Amino acid sequence: MSLSPDEVRHVAGLARLALTDEEVAELAPQLSSILDYAEQVGEVAAEDVPASTHPFPLANVLRPDEPRPSLSREDVLAGAPEVEQDRFAVPRIVAEEG
Amino acid sequence: MSATSTAALLEGETGAWELVVGLEVHVELQTATKMWCGCSTDFGGPANTNVCPVCTGQPGALPVANEQAVADAALLGLALGCDIAEVCRFHRKNYFYPDLAKNYQISQYDVPLCHDGRLDLDVTTDEGEQVTRRVGIERLHMEEDTGKSLHVGESGRLHGAEKSLIDYNRCGIPLLEIVSDPDIRDPETAQAYLRELQAIVRTLGVSDARMEEGSIRCDANVSVRRPGEELGTRCEIKNLNSVRSLGRAVRYEARRQIDVLEAGGEIVMETRHWDEGRGVTETLRRKESVTDYRYFPDPDLVEIHSSRAWVEQLRARLPELPAASRARLQQAGLSAEQAATIVAGGLLALHDEAVAAGAEPVAVANWCTGEVTGQLSSAALTPAEAGLTGAHVAELVALIDDGTLSTKLAKDVLAGVIEERGAVPPAEVAEQRGLQQVSDEGELQGIVDEVVAANPETVEAIRGGNDKAIGALVGQVMKATRGQADPKKTNELLRAAIEA
Ligand SMILES: [Zn+2]
Repeated sequence: MSLSPDEVRHVAGLARLALTDEEVAELAPQLSSILDYAEQVGEVAAEDVPASTHPFPLANVLRPDEPRPSLSREDVLAGAPEVEQDRFAVPRIVAEEG
Repeated sequence: MSATSTAALLEGETGAWELVVGLEVHVELQTATKMWCGCSTDFGGPANTNVCPVCTGQPGALPVANEQAVADAALLGLALGCDIAEVCRFHRKNYFYPDLAKNYQISQYDVPLCHDGRLDLDVTTDEGEQVTRRVGIERLHMEEDTGKSLHVGESGRLHGAEKSLIDYNRCGIPLLEIVSDPDIRDPETAQAYLRELQAIVRTLGVSDARMEEGSIRCDANVSVRRPGEELGTRCEIKNLNSVRSLGRAVRYEARRQIDVLEAGGEIVMETRHWDEGRGVTETLRRKESVTDYRYFPDPDLVEIHSSRAWVEQLRARLPELPAASRARLQQAGLSAEQAATIVAGGLLALHDEAVAAGAEPVAVANWCTGEVTGQLSSAALTPAEAGLTGAHVAELVALIDDGTLSTKLAKDVLAGVIEERGAVPPAEVAEQRGLQQVSDEGELQGIVDEVVAANPETVEAIRGGNDKAIGALVGQVMKATRGQADPKKTNELLRAAIEA
C-alpha cells in the first residue's frame, strides 16, 4: 500500500507537524511500509473471525466512585513549558485557522 | 391537544422552507470522582489541584471506568426510553488541543452504551396551540470532559488571544453526550427538548444541569430544506449558553441559510459560533471529517457488558419522571402551567410533602408557584438550602385557613421562616414577630369605632350608596393594626358600625 504525498501532508496536518517536501518524500515510503506490515493481519483475518479489540477475555473492570489523592500542584506543573496563574501557559489555541 | 401536528414552515422569497434541527447535549455527571481516575470533581477549587497521571495521560497510567458514572449513564438512557447495549466499548478520539493533555478524548464510537430512545414534549406553538411532539434519541454515550482554558489577551473569544492558560481540574470529569434524531422542526420544540432533558437529569439526580455553569451544554445541528425533500447541508451551532439563546440561534441560522440558498449560494458544512450580544452566528471552523479523528478502540479499557439483571435493577430505581409528575399534579387540580413550574423549579418534593401533611393541593401549588418561588429565587436558595419543608408550607396554608394569618401576613411569616433557615416553624415566627392577624372582636371593634368616628364624610358617602368608599376605611383599619387586621372581620364590623 503506498501513500501519496498529499495523504502524508494530511496526516501530518492532523498531527500538527509542518513537513518540507523533502520530508514528505522521505516519509511516504516509510509510512507505506508500516502499513504493509500491519496489513499482514488481513491474511489471517477471515470472515468467521470476529474483530477483537482486546487480547484478554475481560469485561466490566470498574472502580468504586471514591476519591483518591491527586498530585500536588507543584508536581502537576513541574513539566509545564511555561506556568502562569498556576496554569499551563500554551501558545494561542489554533483551532480557528481552518 | 393533538398528538401530531405539522410544524409551521418558514416563508422565503421563493417559497416555503422546512427547518430541521438535531441537538447534541452534553451533561456533566456529579459523581464524586472523575471518569477514569480517583481525582475529585469539586468545582471551583484552585487550578490544577485535582489532577493525576491518569487524567493527564502520563505514559504508563491506566484508566479504570467509574462504576457510578456507568450506572448514571444507563439510568438516564432508561429514562429516555433507550435500549442498553449488551456490549459496549470505549474509543479514542484523536485530536490535538491543549485542553486535553492526552491528545485524545476517551469516548464511545461504534457501540454507545444507550441507543434508540425518545422524548415526548408538550409544546406551545407560535399560534398558542398545545401539541405533543416526539423527538427520537439516536444515542447516549459516555466520554470525558476537557480542561478549562483562559485566553489571555482578550476576554472570552479565541480571536486575538496571545496565550491560553489551561486548568486540568475539569479534564476527565464524566460527560454524557445525548444525540437526538433530526426530528425537530421549530425553535420551540428545540427549547422544550433541552428543558425536558434538564428536568429529567435533575430528577434522576445525576447532574445539577446548570447551563450557566456549563454542567449541561447544547450544540444545535441546523439545516433547511424544501418540504418533503432530502436533508440539506447542516451547520453545527456552538456557544449556546441558555435555553433562550438556543431558540434565538436556531431562528437566526434558519433565516441565514434560507437567504444564502435563495441567493443561489450553497451551505458549507461547518461549525458556527453564536454571538449572543450581536444575535448572529459566525464561521468558527470547517468541520473535521469523522475519519480525521482516527477513532480506534482504547486498548487500556475493556468492554462493558450490561446484563439483563443489572439493567432491570436500574430500571426499578427510576423515580417518577417529570412528565408523569406533571400529569399527576394536573389530576390533583393544578393548571398545566403550575404543574410545569413546580416540576421544573425543583419544588415537587416540597409540594408533595405539604400535601402529605394534609394541605389542599391547589392551595399548596398557589403558594409554591407564587410566593415561595419568588422569595427563594430572590434569596438564590433552593428549598433545602432555605430549610423550607412541606410541613412549613402546609402550616402556612392552615394558618391562613383558620384566620390566624392574612395572605399578606403569611408572606412575612414565610420570609421569617426562610431567614431562620427553617429552624423556627411558621406559627412560632408569627408569634415571635407579632404577625398574627387581629381578629379579636373587642380589640378590632375599638379600632373600627375610632375610624368611623374620624371619617364622617366617608361614612355619609357609603350610606349614600357609594359602596366602594368602604375600601378607604378598611385601609385605615389596616394601617392602625400594621396590616394585621382580619380583612373579612374588619369588613363586617365596619358595615355594622356604618349601618348603626
Ligand atoms: Zn486524575
